[in-house]
Amino acid sequence: MLTVAGLEAAYGRAQVLFGVDLALGPGEVLVLLGRNGAGKSTTLKAIMGLLTPTAGTVTFDGHSIAGKPPHEIARLGLGYVPEDRRVFAGLTVAENLDVGRQPDRLGAPAWNEDRLFRLFPRLAELRSRRAGQMSGGEQQMLTVARTLMGNPRGLLLDEPSEGLAPVVVDAMADAVLALKREGLAVLLSEQNLRFALRVADRAAIIEQGRIRFVGPIAALAADESLARAYLAV
Amino acid sequence: MTAAALASYLLTGLAGASSLFLVAAGLSLIFGVTRIVNFAHGSFFMLGLYLAATLVEAFGRTPLGFWGGVLLASAAVGVFGTIVEILILRRLYGAPELLQLLATFAVVLIVKDAALWLWGPEDVLGPRAPGLRGAVVIFGRAVPEYDLLLIALGPAVLGALWLLLARTRFGRLVRAATEDREMASALGVDQARLFTLVFALGSALAGLGGALQLPREPASLGLDLAIVADAFVVVVVGGLGSLPGAFLAALLIAELKALCIGLGVSKLTLVIEFLVMAIVLAIRPHGLLGRPEAAPRASAVDADGAGSTPPLAWILLGAACLLPLVLGGYPLVLAIDVLILALFAASLRWLVGPAGLVSFGHAAFFGLGAYAAGIATVKLGWPMAASLALAPVAAGIGAIAFSLVAVRLSGVYLAMLSLAFAQIVWSLAFQWDALTGGSNGLVGVWPSADVSGKPAYYLLTLAVVALAWLALRRFERGRLGHAIRAVRDSPLRAEAVGLDVSGLRRAALLVSGALAGLAGGLFAFSKGSLSPETLSIPRSVDGLVMVLLGGLASPFGPILGAGLFTWLQDEAARRVDFWRALVGLVILALVFFVPRGLAGFFGTHRR
Ligand SMILES: Nc1ncnc2c1ncn2[C@@H]1O[C@H](COP(=O)(O)OP(=O)(O)OP(=O)(O)O)[C@@H](O)[C@H]1O
Ligand SMILES: [Mg+2]
Repeated sequence: MLTVAGLEAAYGRAQVLFGVDLALGPGEVLVLLGRNGAGKSTTLKAIMGLLTPTAGTVTFDGHSIAGKPPHEIARLGLGYVPEDRRVFAGLTVAENLDVGRQPDRLGAPAWNEDRLFRLFPRLAELRSRRAGQMSGGEQQMLTVARTLMGNPRGLLLDEPSEGLAPVVVDAMADAVLALKREGLAVLLSEQNLRFALRVADRAAIIEQGRIRFVGPIAALAADESLARAYLAV
Repeated sequence: MTAAALASYLLTGLAGASSLFLVAAGLSLIFGVTRIVNFAHGSFFMLGLYLAATLVEAFGRTPLGFWGGVLLASAAVGVFGTIVEILILRRLYGAPELLQLLATFAVVLIVKDAALWLWGPEDVLGPRAPGLRGAVVIFGRAVPEYDLLLIALGPAVLGALWLLLARTRFGRLVRAATEDREMASALGVDQARLFTLVFALGSALAGLGGALQLPREPASLGLDLAIVADAFVVVVVGGLGSLPGAFLAALLIAELKALCIGLGVSKLTLVIEFLVMAIVLAIRPHGLLGRPEAAPRASAVDADGAGSTPPLAWILLGAACLLPLVLGGYPLVLAIDVLILALFAASLRWLVGPAGLVSFGHAAFFGLGAYAAGIATVKLGWPMAASLALAPVAAGIGAIAFSLVAVRLSGVYLAMLSLAFAQIVWSLAFQWDALTGGSNGLVGVWPSADVSGKPAYYLLTLAVVALAWLALRRFERGRLGHAIRAVRDSPLRAEAVGLDVSGLRRAALLVSGALAGLAGGLFAFSKGSLSPETLSIPRSVDGLVMVLLGGLASPFGPILGAGLFTWLQDEAARRVDFWRALVGLVILALVFFVPRGLAGFFGTHRR
């Protein structure tokens, strides 16, 4: 579904990714683990086209997407949820969701407001609230919901549990599992090992822009030294 | 003044506010979404007015002909704006704002010459609106019916735009992209298409603003810059990207202007604008209803000349000393021009490059120096040396005055403020007949007898310019210069290590302004006469073109740039009728193909 090979990327002259390889199929959740500054967000941005890769290939659903502009990638059915939420603060919840809608696209599980409000009931109560006046957790639900409005078949989720209260983390985990059941391919970046263990099938560990480990999440759970070596636990 | 008279002036002010708002609204929309400061916006207004005059003439002076002509003119300008966006601006969205500003200014030059070619140099008078030729008596005074229509139109357009933004999907996408373009595109919003649509809408609004002026003022070639300066002030006072802000600001400024006229102090009208802007920005740096911008974009130009003065400089200087032996007459006059412009460009390069403060009104300081020297000589009878010494002092005082407001701003706000400042200084020179000679200017600014010959004056200029250039270079590489660069790179970090950010910016402006003023003083004596052209906006842009031509990276850039520019302009003006358009095309070519300037171009090969 999503295949990344030899991906390299740089901010200006500072190279950050040095050949990242990843692959995941439909209905699979792959978690990308790593310390602060390891290159998790950069990997997701480079896949999404928010940062033009300097080398490597990215294939999504049979299309080669490396070097394409973000909106074209989004319209192929790849959704992106940024790490710092980035809701449109001056727009209401309903308006934020509408921006995420892609009217010309067919196929994939069809999300609409009602279905999303069932997934995140809290949002239904806030429908006409401005996004800037919501709590961090509510904003996080909104960014995910907004991206789902585009009916993606693949999803890039950047640290969805960051800075959230435990209840909200639980809600987020349930949401990710629900999406997995829908058949979405989810690439998740995380530092929260517990969250990762709960939702992911497989894990990849990134350090200084290189993938150090890929394997079933169970292997990570079993081998504490791995976690200690590469993660801030 | 009676209450009735006051009321009628206020009504006239309201009508003015409406047309000002139409132009400013388009500018604000375009800026909000694309982050491009569109210099050509005034040209769109001007085109709208010219086109409406022609179309109404062709359709006949019936109500249908008139309104059909006005709407068609607006639509045509919208189409033209779309073409400009697709052909030029689309390629510059990631570029430093200096390049974007220059590119839109190139459009100004091209449109101006196109209008000159199509409609000729004479003003074009439009018909009055059929059916609205009369006047209504309000408070015992006659108010033109057409003004009443305009008064209603401003709020109507604001309302329509509000509905568009609040109630349609296009509006939601525009608001989303105004907040976070990148996120919008990651959600599948096609930026390029959205930008084009917004640009079309914005330019159609400007065109409409122009077309609606048809019964009120003639179409003329000077409208473009006059209008865009007004619109900049309105948008900045209202807050970039805020439509209600633009409306409020248009109201405020138009009413104050109307009051000035009502009170019989019409000369105040242009200054009042700047005063309002200065006061508003001093209290609210983001305008009445504007929101603070996210992190300012780095200027992304490598602007630090390094290394010691190479031997080449001394060889050049020696050669320059010998020039009068081989050159005489006109070429020597051109050589003097080159030297003066090199100093002007060097002072601007220092400001835009190392100090990181983009100025679009640098001619103000040049002109302040020139006029100070001229006035001291002609009106006060000072000797030349004293007048010349006054030039940098006067310009320095101007720079300090400007910096009182300017140090708190950066990026586009600063660029717009500098443009407004230059426009104010220009209008002072233009209107203050007693002191500046108004549009006739000053004559008889001759140098003293010992340097009155061209070769002698050339050598004097060479000496002054070379010394000033070396002093600037020392300053740039000294302690203060480093501190100023640190402020440019990161104001927050500079503040954290205890640097006085405002003080350093003020110092940077002072140095730059004073040197530009010195260049102006030399200019005054080299020409013997001065006119408001000396400090008009095109001169500011000439300076930027020279800097760009030479490249920001090298202190030698301005010298190279001034030389090439003078030569090009001289050749073009002599051989081509529409040389302005040609200069515009050259600017575009530079922006697209050698954005780092010629010195940068050669520099990369040397390294
Ligand atoms: N916009 C940027 N410009 C320059 N360098 C950047 C930028 N964003 C990130 N970096 C650098 O790239 C490297 C990788 O950053 P990235 O954001 O991908 O890390 P991350 O794994 O997502 O970390 P975190 O867990 O803190 O989110 C870091 O060294 C960081 O300093
Ligand atoms: Mg990150």
